[in-house]
Amino acid sequence: MKTNGGAGRAREVLLIEDSPGDVRLTQEAFRDVNQLVYLHVVNDGVEAMAFLKQEGKLTHAPRPDLILLDLNLPKMDGRQVLAQIKEDDNLKTIPTVILTTSEDQMDILKSYQLLANCYLTKPVELDQFESLVKSINEFWLTKVKLPQQAPN
Amino acid sequence: MSTEVLLVEDSPGDVRLTREAFRDANESIHLHVAADGVEAMAFLRREGVHANAARPDLILLDLNLPKMDGRQVLALIKADPKLKTIPTVVLTTSELEADVATSYQLQVNCYLSKPAQWDAFATLVKSVIDFWLTKVKLPQQRTADDPSGV
Repeated sequence: MKTNGGAGRAREVLLIEDSPGDVRLTQEAFRDVNQLVYLHVVNDGVEAMAFLKQEGKLTHAPRPDLILLDLNLPKMDGRQVLAQIKEDDNLKTIPTVILTTSEDQMDILKSYQLLANCYLTKPVELDQFESLVKSINEFWLTKVKLPQQAPN
Repeated sequence: MSTEVLLVEDSPGDVRLTREAFRDANESIHLHVAADGVEAMAFLRREGVHANAARPDLILLDLNLPKMDGRQVLALIKADPKLKTIPTVVLTTSELEADVATSYQLQVNCYLSKPAQWDAFATLVKSVIDFWLTKVKLPQQRTADDPSGV
């Protein structure tokens, strides 16, 4: 049964993820729990920054309410993307959740040093992955107070 | 290894509710309480009576505190290379947009406003425990050799 687990507000979520399987799983999981999520997907770090800076053909990209960021990306690594987001006064207020396969302690520590909002590792099992995306929706999109977006 | 949580909160009622929610959680969590911003910083910096304080895995921070305001505490935590990696969750009565905006500018990990109803408050605290202490990967800050995390 489709439910609206979004407390009534449309949300723009940017998924920065190169694995088509994980993209699809994430799309489906959000669709199941929150009809009001607009999930935008970019597949590499360069496109991610163009989206966030609203550059080139991405001039009209909406400002995300939440960013889900994989660390291992082509063209520009997720660690660099995180650093750039958090160094940018305009972008750093967007909650950025690391969602990656890496369980490496150094990756975890470095992400928090770069001020990632939180770090999550992707479960291998399908249903656990779905369940994690649902937890992200529930916590970040229905409980957390997100910064109000400035008008574009 | 147990989990250490620092609650920075001056309202005794809210402290009590939070303690109860943590007790119900069934995890081995040690909840430390600082009742004002000055005590919070002394705890985090292991100063004076807090010389042997455990390094928290998570900080729950009220904004409106005596002696030193929570906004200042947040700024100090996130400006300190040794403390900034501790996830800091603002948990406050304030719903002011300005407070939300400022907190995220100061790099709060997330901002939550306290519900007025006690059962909704308890539910919120439990969801914080569930998300931050069972799902999120926290930075490992203590080892068996160095339990205080220096």
